Amino acid sequence: MKTPIYLDNHATTRVDPRVVEAMLPHFTEDFGNAASRNHAFGWVAEEAVEQAREQVAALIGAGAKEVVFTSGATESDNAALVGVAEFYKEKGDHIITATIEHKAVLDTCQMLEQRGFRVTYLEVDEKGSIDLEQLEAAITDKTTLISLMAANNEIGTLHPLKEIGAIARKHGVLFHCDATQGVGHQKIDVEEMNIDLASYTAHKIYGPKGIGALYVRRRKPRVRITPIIYGGGHERGIRSGTLNVPGIVGFGKAAELMLADGPTENQRIRALRDRLREGITREIDFVYLNGHAEFRHPGNLNLSFAFVEGESMLMGIDDIAVSSGSACTSASLEPSYVLRALGVGDDLAHSSIRFGVGRFNTEEEIDHTIRRVVETVSRLRDMSPLYELAQEGVDIKSIQWNAH
Amino acid sequence: MAYSKKVIDHYNNPRNVGSLDKQDDSVGTGLVGAPECGDVMKLQIRVEDDHIVDAKFKTFGCGSAIASSSLATEWVKGKTLDEAMEIRNVDIVEELSLPPVKIHCSVLAEDAIKTAINDYKSKHGQAG
Repeated sequence: MKTPIYLDNHATTRVDPRVVEAMLPHFTEDFGNAASRNHAFGWVAEEAVEQAREQVAALIGAGAKEVVFTSGATESDNAALVGVAEFYKEKGDHIITATIEHKAVLDTCQMLEQRGFRVTYLEVDEKGSIDLEQLEAAITDKTTLISLMAANNEIGTLHPLKEIGAIARKHGVLFHCDATQGVGHQKIDVEEMNIDLASYTAHKIYGPKGIGALYVRRRKPRVRITPIIYGGGHERGIRSGTLNVPGIVGFGKAAELMLADGPTENQRIRALRDRLREGITREIDFVYLNGHAEFRHPGNLNLSFAFVEGESMLMGIDDIAVSSGSACTSASLEPSYVLRALGVGDDLAHSSIRFGVGRFNTEEEIDHTIRRVVETVSRLRDMSPLYELAQEGVDIKSIQWNAH
Repeated sequence: MAYSKKVIDHYNNPRNVGSLDKQDDSVGTGLVGAPECGDVMKLQIRVEDDHIVDAKFKTFGCGSAIASSSLATEWVKGKTLDEAMEIRNVDIVEELSLPPVKIHCSVLAEDAIKTAINDYKSKHGQAG
């Protein structure tokens, strides 16, 4: 077993060797610009792009012509939100999203608010689920778009896409789904779920970084968006810029592999994730699961280890790559806004660790991780004044702390 | 974030972890910070003839917080109360090469020392 062990597959994934192999010729031999219409280099590149477009579309049950390539999911989210808001502004100025969406959606919504649009941020319950009645009640005759993610990147909770899509359709509102984490890891079908726009990216499904897609529905209804990038009219004018051919080919291959192996692979990943959770909670007490127990991304495990601060945990399990919702690991010095939205106390948010199990993890790695987590939590609790107080039966909340 | 060697050393081999009896007259206890801020330090000193003869700590916090409090216990041992009052957070920052975002850890350690000394003094009828 090689260390460090990579268990941060929500941040990014290792590129599958089969994907790398598919990409390589497009750096050297077949390096043409897909927009070159008058020579073989261009034709070869264009053909490769169109094949990949079909593969990427198939992963979400879309047609190839409905997929626009972007630089990644952040760009796709920006293009969807800004593009719909601007194009439909005569119809309405209202967008609905949720407090636990990714910053690519939330920051874009904030920018739109500065431009005069109105945004409703749905609250979530303690598991990270929205209330569908609240969603429906938030819709007004000025609402143009609902933007909700497939799977949450921190806590793994899934939004009920089919139900959301049905509500959106019933009220004639467009539904944008940030499917970045969910795609390949749960069933996403744009027809069945009435999704009108979807953002996703290659590097979360064992493809390369720097290449993403935006699905834009072409019929029933035909969705129009105002572009955010201009210059040459590539991608049917929706997204100008020379196509990243090797990236697109890699995205296509990654999508093809996901479509073929996803269902079996997700079962294996879920079993490893459950093994990790059970192994840890069997050995140590005061461990809390963040997010929904069942309705959740198969590889996601987000745990709070009470009385132990997240960054010191990461330092202890230094041969394992995971991430924490602790303020100390973020630039802002604020603990995770997602955990806060769930009503997890700041003390437990500081104690949270996100494990992301993926394709290349093994049982041996999971067992090693369990041992290291158990050792480290025990060691850090032995030096934690909070654990000592809890052992003495003191309620930590009863103490008058001096917040600084 | 990369940690300095000294932070890693204190994290891996913390000095003086433990507790003293806070009811004991010769012991001063400082409990500072807050769980919701992500760091709480408990620093205790045992005082004989105005000298700190023993010190223990327990810390909930990041590696730099653990290192700052571990270092603080090392530094106060053997000092008189007045000498220990002179320890400044900037000395801790310098010794551990703490980056700017971790300066609050050293501030907390200085607070912990002062709170423990004041607790001892108040037990003995001296103004804090």
